[in-house]
Amino acid sequence: MNKIILKSSFVLLLVAAISSCTKNLDRLPTNDITSEVVYSSFEGYQQAFAKVYGAFALTGNAGPAGNGDVQAIDEGTSDFLRLYWWMQEISTDEAVVQVGWNDPGIHFFHSLNWTTDNVILKGLYYRSFYQITLANDFIRQASDENLAKRGITGDNAAKIKQFAQEARFLRSFQYSVMMDLYANPPFVTEADVPGASLPRQISRADLFQYVENELKDMENTIPLTNEYGRVNKSAVRALLSRIYLNAEVFTGTAQNQQAAAYAKKVVDEGNYSLISDYRNLMIADNNTNTEEFILTINYDGIRTKGYGGTTFLTHASVGGSMPAFNFGIGGGWGGIRTTKNLPNLFPDATGSIDQRAQFYTNGQNIELDAEPATAFTKGYAVTKYRNVTKSGAQGSSPDFSDVDFPLFRTAEMYLNYAEAVLRDPAAGDATTALNYINALRTRAYGGSTSGNINSTQMDLNFILDERSRELQWECFRRTDLVRFGKFTTDAYLWPWKGGVSSGTSVPSFRNIFPIPASDINANSNLTQNTGY
Amino acid sequence: MRRTITQFLFASLFFVLLSLATSAQNVVSGNVSDSKTGAPLSGVTVTLKGTGTKAQTTGDGLFKINVPAKNGTLVISYVGYATQELKVSGNNAGSISLVQTNQQLNEVVVVGYGSARKKDLTGAVAVVTSKDFQKGQISTPEQLIAGKVAGVSITSNGGGPGSGSTIRIRGGASLNASNDPLIVVDGVPLDNSGISGSANALSLINPNDIESFNILKDASATAIYGSRASNGVIIITTKRGQSGKTKVNFNTQLSVGKISRKVDVLAADEFRNYVNANGTAEQKALMGNASTDWQDEIYQTASTSDNNISITGAYRNAPYRLSIGYLNQQGILKTDKLERASVGFNFSPKFFNNNLKADINIKASQTGSRFANTGAIGTAAIFDPTQPVYSNSKRYNGFYEWLDPNATTGLRSLAPKNPVGLLEQQNNISDVKRSIGNLVLEYKLPFFPSLRANLNLGYDIANGSGSNYINDSAASTYRRFVDAGGIPHGGVSTNYSQQKRNTLMEFYLGYNRDLTAINSKIDVIAGYSYNDFLTTNNFFPDRTSDGRVTPGSIPNFPSDKPRYTLISFYSRMNFSLMDRFLLTATVRQDGSSRFSSENRWGIFPSAALAWKLKEESFLKNSKVVSDLKLRFGYGVTGQQDGIGYFDYIPYYGLSNNSAQYQLGNTFYNMYRPNGYYANRQWEQTATTNIGLDYALLNNRINGSVELYMTKTTKLLNEIDQPAGTNFSNKIVANVGDMENRGVEFNINADIIKSKDFTWNVGFNATYNRNEITKLTISDDPNYRGNQYGGISGGTGTTLFINTVGLPKGSFYVYQQVYDNNGKPIDGLFEDRNRDGLINTDDLYQYKNSNPEAFFGFTTNVNYKKFNAGFVLRANVGNYVYNNVNSTLGTNNVIFGTGYLNNAYSDLLNTGFSGTTAGYILSDYYIQNASFLRMDNFNLGYEIGKVFKGSANLRINANVQNVFVITKYKGLDPEISGGVDNNFYPRPRTFTIGANLDF
Repeated sequence: MNKIILKSSFVLLLVAAISSCTKNLDRLPTNDITSEVVYSSFEGYQQAFAKVYGAFALTGNAGPAGNGDVQAIDEGTSDFLRLYWWMQEISTDEAVVQVGWNDPGIHFFHSLNWTTDNVILKGLYYRSFYQITLANDFIRQASDENLAKRGITGDNAAKIKQFAQEARFLRSFQYSVMMDLYANPPFVTEADVPGASLPRQISRADLFQYVENELKDMENTIPLTNEYGRVNKSAVRALLSRIYLNAEVFTGTAQNQQAAAYAKKVVDEGNYSLISDYRNLMIADNNTNTEEFILTINYDGIRTKGYGGTTFLTHASVGGSMPAFNFGIGGGWGGIRTTKNLPNLFPDATGSIDQRAQFYTNGQNIELDAEPATAFTKGYAVTKYRNVTKSGAQGSSPDFSDVDFPLFRTAEMYLNYAEAVLRDPAAGDATTALNYINALRTRAYGGSTSGNINSTQMDLNFILDERSRELQWECFRRTDLVRFGKFTTDAYLWPWKGGVSSGTSVPSFRNIFPIPASDINANSNLTQNTGY
Repeated sequence: MRRTITQFLFASLFFVLLSLATSAQNVVSGNVSDSKTGAPLSGVTVTLKGTGTKAQTTGDGLFKINVPAKNGTLVISYVGYATQELKVSGNNAGSISLVQTNQQLNEVVVVGYGSARKKDLTGAVAVVTSKDFQKGQISTPEQLIAGKVAGVSITSNGGGPGSGSTIRIRGGASLNASNDPLIVVDGVPLDNSGISGSANALSLINPNDIESFNILKDASATAIYGSRASNGVIIITTKRGQSGKTKVNFNTQLSVGKISRKVDVLAADEFRNYVNANGTAEQKALMGNASTDWQDEIYQTASTSDNNISITGAYRNAPYRLSIGYLNQQGILKTDKLERASVGFNFSPKFFNNNLKADINIKASQTGSRFANTGAIGTAAIFDPTQPVYSNSKRYNGFYEWLDPNATTGLRSLAPKNPVGLLEQQNNISDVKRSIGNLVLEYKLPFFPSLRANLNLGYDIANGSGSNYINDSAASTYRRFVDAGGIPHGGVSTNYSQQKRNTLMEFYLGYNRDLTAINSKIDVIAGYSYNDFLTTNNFFPDRTSDGRVTPGSIPNFPSDKPRYTLISFYSRMNFSLMDRFLLTATVRQDGSSRFSSENRWGIFPSAALAWKLKEESFLKNSKVVSDLKLRFGYGVTGQQDGIGYFDYIPYYGLSNNSAQYQLGNTFYNMYRPNGYYANRQWEQTATTNIGLDYALLNNRINGSVELYMTKTTKLLNEIDQPAGTNFSNKIVANVGDMENRGVEFNINADIIKSKDFTWNVGFNATYNRNEITKLTISDDPNYRGNQYGGISGGTGTTLFINTVGLPKGSFYVYQQVYDNNGKPIDGLFEDRNRDGLINTDDLYQYKNSNPEAFFGFTTNVNYKKFNAGFVLRANVGNYVYNNVNSTLGTNNVIFGTGYLNNAYSDLLNTGFSGTTAGYILSDYYIQNASFLRMDNFNLGYEIGKVFKGSANLRINANVQNVFVITKYKGLDPEISGGVDNNFYPRPRTFTIGANLDF
């Protein structure tokens, strides 16, 4: 009988154990933490803020790869700059990539034949929106209410409010990219609770209005100077200048006076100038080029590793017989080169006259034999991005680049000003415009004025060419060609434009990219851009 | 210890005295044999009725038993045979022949939380016992039943030692969650994930310890495992102890494995001719003078020895079994090696007048592996055959490599590395210990014998650790970084370790009763289960061979401890009416920590009905039909495997030290919000199954037919998130529906069954058709589907697509255009949408890697002391993408910049340039991979008594992977996942073995 009691109590004990167990279904991760923990301290805010910026340079949470931010694309190819560069450059005369470079969808850009499921245009779309979503989240977390609730006050609260303004700028920057490339994207701000409803679509003109208003407001909230790598007032103005210069494309109404005015404000109030040697712009220790660089994406061969960004630009541009050591890398990836149009803009492809001509020609054939070209040796290689320092030392790693990438630099402001004044003489002063252009040319000619031009030589076509000479491979070309009406038309051709050896026009709907099919499918509020 | 020895001595003395005492009594002897074959039966229990006196027959069927008064009744009983009684008269009981009962039907089948007689089953359950296992050198359990069960496809993932397999029961029920079945070993459900340092966690279980596999296929059988049952359940039961005399079995096997087929690349002279005909002078000059078959250089004849010893017997009437195994297996890829020592122990004592039954199972193993660098498989195919293996230089450890004088490393950065070097210079070793065990207590309440309580406490623990070392001269990791002092560091010296602690507690009450008034029986159980899965992953920095930490590789955290828990309540009722109608109903409620508290619990019910037609008057006396049973079942099961543990909350993760971002002069580790899906819940699969079990001609022919349809809803499916709404643009959500429909058929026949000669055959066939019926929230007719699945040769290129109306995993490719001679035209694809452009809009869904039907055939012949048998397996309608051809079969691949590569020999047929856009996605590379494979052919001979009659010896010889018949042109048509890329070749293995019973 005792045994029975023993057994029965055992059973009872079990039942008790069972009923207390169900709360074990609340499991928590070991190292990951909730938003309440992250945002409980100033340091947490700072690290989350670093992610809003870091989404530019890095592809994910593990460098160089392994825990990506953006899905449905190979992580190594999913950073902002690599994707933006592809879409802005490979679709134009400035860049080509040969066969065997198998980033999916890449070979449909140079022939202007992309489709709505193209992985690269999808990748940039989601990367841009990723940064927008991070910015929205950070702005929400930095609200007065949240700061008060978490007991963050005083100087720290003020700094976080400042962070939120910068997050707001990064969001505007990405919306300006969306406006330029995809024209009519979905639209979300910090006011939209994630997942509560499907984002609505915004028209290109309305988006212009939004970005313009935001930036004009930030002109009052963002200080003139800031730490390296962070947004200052001049960056806000530089973006304003850029969108105003393209306003006619975006809205149908030109705004050249504003474009010129903001470019000049950047130069004058921000006290920006040019560094002395053009060839030191895109090298390993270019973080010292602060007199010219207004806002940069920062890379580091050891602490900020990824397979995109300038690691991509320094490695993919080296191939053929190019000695990798000279470029501060362990070995080239042999991918990107240019059509003959770019070297033909210069008096001499060797750069002995105009130092902006940085081509590797040894063993390279200037002509392309096919699209995609059959080998790296077809087309001249471009040696603009080099992971070596001014003194010639190697970068910190042979595999990952130290080169920072300027999103805005003085030269663009000079060119914006000159172009705006040419388009609308009331926009500014013709002499200043000419001086800006000649400043660029004097630097290009190694300090000699022999390359300087006079006012009659300075026309719009000259500006377009000068922009290519100065800003080649810096993600401007497609936007510039669209603005000049030369991207899809037969007014300007380059080898294999439209898939034809000598080049041909394509339908004008290709001036913008389609909204990726995946988002059209996921978001019923979206209508596809015309033509796609 | 001393006490144990004393007890042992005392016990021995007692037995000796006892035998002396009993020897004075009368001894009756006799022999027992099978009534049909006349073969002697060993281990038959002979009891003197009404007493505890027992004896067992020896190997030749003889027994001796003490009978005090030369009279009484002997009870002769043996599993699978009808028990006989015999009155004793005199000292000789003579020859007793036992009649086999209907073994098939009385076979006890282990089902979830209990067992059932096969004839009482209502669900689709298949049983394979050790006598029907695949033979030969098998080092991982699941391979024992490959080709043996309809509806179950088991595809090994490669030919490496202990390599795992992809197991699919009825095609798998999910898209992005797991499609692996639940595996339960002696009542302990295993976690589906692997263990660091082990190629395959299942290989840590010694196949020689396994007695049977029970495969639960339909929902009525599996729903009792609710939460993890959508892809079927495999219950593995290990060998048990048997009461009676202590028996020792020793089993030894020696085998050699050889490569059966190599990748068809150009031979050195073919390569020379090609380069001379097509290369520039510069390229021709790159060729060397050697003729190296790199594949011959990396493969070896692999030898394996596998030794197992087991002891069964009883300790104080409680049966036990102890087994020890040692496997030492080489891979055919040089340096690949696996060593496994394993111990299995079970013990089943009974207490309190047999009211409390205990069952203790412990399995433990330790595996030491050296993993070859399987990258050598691909580089051996591509490496220039005119180059030698060794250079005459000491650089790069003396291996020939492609050089570049301009590179800091001195190496051509994009050129492949010497494959022999990759193997010889890497020492990647691991040590994995795993133990699975449980204690089951079943208590029959003495005051209420219809009620029983069952407690199962189990564990599955594993420790895996390993290290990888490559010296700093190796080309693969040469000069990885230069430190601040300008000193280069190379090589690799890394560690990893992982622990798993999975625990199980299950308790149920069972009640059974004969309701004689209505000629019925009822059996009900109700229980609770708690299953916890805790993994600890330890993190280490990356180091070069000199121990230097590579920059940015110091981990943020010392470890991570992912953990999830399942809690379940379950109940089952079996009701049988007049032994003609059987009803099974189950219900299970599962809670998983992977879902938010609102979505956490799922209820999974099932019901099944069986009608024993044989018991009806119109068949009862039929001589032809010996059994006929119709079954119908329906049930719902759930799934939560294969998805993240915490995805329902937006957690923030900290970026590692090489993903920092610089603001000002400070580098920050970043906090990133992770994507999440708050509404994630159970994926549900409803299965309808109709089955017919038949047996004809006194059971000489038997089998079953099953028809099934499964419909998965709330599919765990990775879908695009609307941009701007989540921190991830793709999230596994519960969106979509999918169906599987199929037919399974199996038949076993004893074609000849006589005393000296038996011949039986078994055949099974499966047809399965999968269809995705819904994939997205909105039904956009223009949406082609979700693309996925990478291939070599195109970073981020996807090969597969899931499209509504088609089976999952269609290939998504361009349609190749052929010339009049049937030769593919380089780079010319069909403009399928007729828009004048060839772009991704012209991709189309073509074929699929899953077979439409698959078959298994087994036959065995016994003639006197000889036996022979073979197993055939066939798949029909499966297609494979020949990734080796697509990456190596072009002119372009040969001519690298500053180096040469070998090419796939199909280049000589196609002449593909490799410079056309999209060629890598040509449907030319999708090839019919239907096949017929002979898995093994075996011969055995029973030598009989050896060692003066104290032991019985059998010897056998075996060939595995005997032949493959296929139209597929690549290395092997049987590729799980359908992408043939540098597949580890399955060896052809020759085995000889001996088996001794003491």
